[in-house]
Amino acid sequence: MNIKKEQQGVEKLETGIPGFDLISTGGLPKGRTTLISGTAGSAKTIFAAQFLAEGITQADENGVFVTFEESPNDISRNMWGFNWDIQDWETKRKWAFVDASPEPGDGPLITGSYDFGALLARIEYAINKVGAKRISIDSLGAIFSQFNDDGTVRAELFRIAAALREMGITAVVTAERTHEYGEIARYGVEEFVADNVIIMRNVLDQEKRRRTLEILKYRGTSHQKGEYPFSVIPGKGIVAIPLSGIELAQKSSSIRISSGNEELDRMCGGGFFRDSVILVSGATGAGKTLMTAEFIQGGATNGEQCLLLAFDASRDQLLRNASGWSIDFKGMEKDGKLKIVCQYPETMSLEDHLIRTKELVDEFKPKRLAVDSLSALERVSTIKSFREFILALTAYVKDKEIASFFTSTTPTLMGGTSITEAHISTITDSIILLRYVEMYGEMHRGITVLKMRGSMHDKDIREFNIDGQGLHIGSALRNVNGILTGTPTFAVPAEVERIGALFGEEELLQRKNEQIV
Amino acid sequence: MNKMLLKLFITGQTPKSEHAIANLRAICAGELRGQYELVIIDILEHPQLAEDEKILATPTLTKELPLPIRRIIGDLSDREQVLLGLDLQPYDVEGRR
Repeated sequence: MNIKKEQQGVEKLETGIPGFDLISTGGLPKGRTTLISGTAGSAKTIFAAQFLAEGITQADENGVFVTFEESPNDISRNMWGFNWDIQDWETKRKWAFVDASPEPGDGPLITGSYDFGALLARIEYAINKVGAKRISIDSLGAIFSQFNDDGTVRAELFRIAAALREMGITAVVTAERTHEYGEIARYGVEEFVADNVIIMRNVLDQEKRRRTLEILKYRGTSHQKGEYPFSVIPGKGIVAIPLSGIELAQKSSSIRISSGNEELDRMCGGGFFRDSVILVSGATGAGKTLMTAEFIQGGATNGEQCLLLAFDASRDQLLRNASGWSIDFKGMEKDGKLKIVCQYPETMSLEDHLIRTKELVDEFKPKRLAVDSLSALERVSTIKSFREFILALTAYVKDKEIASFFTSTTPTLMGGTSITEAHISTITDSIILLRYVEMYGEMHRGITVLKMRGSMHDKDIREFNIDGQGLHIGSALRNVNGILTGTPTFAVPAEVERIGALFGEEELLQRKNEQIV
Repeated sequence: MNKMLLKLFITGQTPKSEHAIANLRAICAGELRGQYELVIIDILEHPQLAEDEKILATPTLTKELPLPIRRIIGDLSDREQVLLGLDLQPYDVEGRR
């Protein structure tokens, strides 16, 4: 019977911690002990508490929290910010503390041999009291510092781990480590409790803190490998971001939607696809925000909900600029078609931005999402987390079949690629370039559709103008080479060609015809 | 001299518990001469008491009175240490402190 059970593999217990169950392909191994190891401030205690809290709120599974470090009162208070009412759960007999935190004052005198029989008896008592299925023990390091005899402590902890296993309880045990990359834990405790080891990191990289979570070992069962970013969100707790858990299995739509500009729709072969990711790249002032506004107008006039995340300009600035192009953002907001969220990228980490954006999308349920500009977010992150952010965001919006429109600012006036483009270009469906072109002492603007996945599109680089009615796309800039590389040269710098560029092809053709006649 | 109030926490009738009880009785008989009250608590029967007193390891001896409260963990095999822990000085051969 037992052998048969083992052959079936290790069952998992869904923790309910957002994202974690995906990374761990189903949760924590059921009835086993998992070691959570991390440096100071790596959110171990939150994980331990959340494991119990999600059990109570989601799975109706009660829990026992054994604390060796903070007092139960401190823990209840600290976790209050995550909306976990531990005191209420205690009175309802859903949560029980085993308080093994050190007493202030002199430590006890130790003489002769002892064991942790009392602790084990208390844990068993608490488990029976609330009928617990989950237990968290926080943290092992603290008990080593309460008792100086490492050998005894280790042997006794082994006994407790064995007893927990006997009871079929799923346990989370936290332990400190001294370095982010080094030994698993300080006291070598992993040898006996660790069927499973999870490492939580809080790495300082380029002056930015980045939290990650890694499943190092899951004995006898599968999990996703490598480090996964996570964030600690007020009112929610730990939210892990399962990147490789995202499946590249989005449906694909052939329904076209308007870009908000008729001529651009024509250039794109009839508009954007409904669930596509569109990137607009251009130097500062090239017209990216205008295109964003037109994209939103296109959605709103079609009765679609639009969400605009602005990282470059304030709400008032946006409203003013839009009205300058005869686009009525205010009216759209009033009709409930538009939601504008303006934020400095620096207000939170990129992981938080991602989670916040997902929340906004879930709340507002937009059909169109515009981010202006995506490259502003580069500032607050390392390249690695920026790439992960874009991957996770695009996967999310695609899954929801939202048309998303991102802008990216090029580093130089004449073009070139930014980090944003380097990371996003392969996952976008459409790329539109806006470029300045210098011609005979005048600044002109050129637009081209570089990429339009799954559709024919206009290959020309066309000139466009901006006025009080918005963006107007004109004729192709035929006599200029090297616009995309940012070093335009004129192939045939003849006066006729210049006129052609200025007045448009049709007129030019007409003139030629006139000459022939 | 005020009466001393002692509590000894044990988990079940293990050899360690028996040792601690025997050692403590010998110390009490030799040093306290009846001026004490001893309560032996088996945590397996009264886990809530252990919870209230925050007992981790057993055996644990606590001196509740006179203040200050003292706590001694182990089987109490080192008589000198135990006396020290209870704020007592051992009697010398003539029976003086």
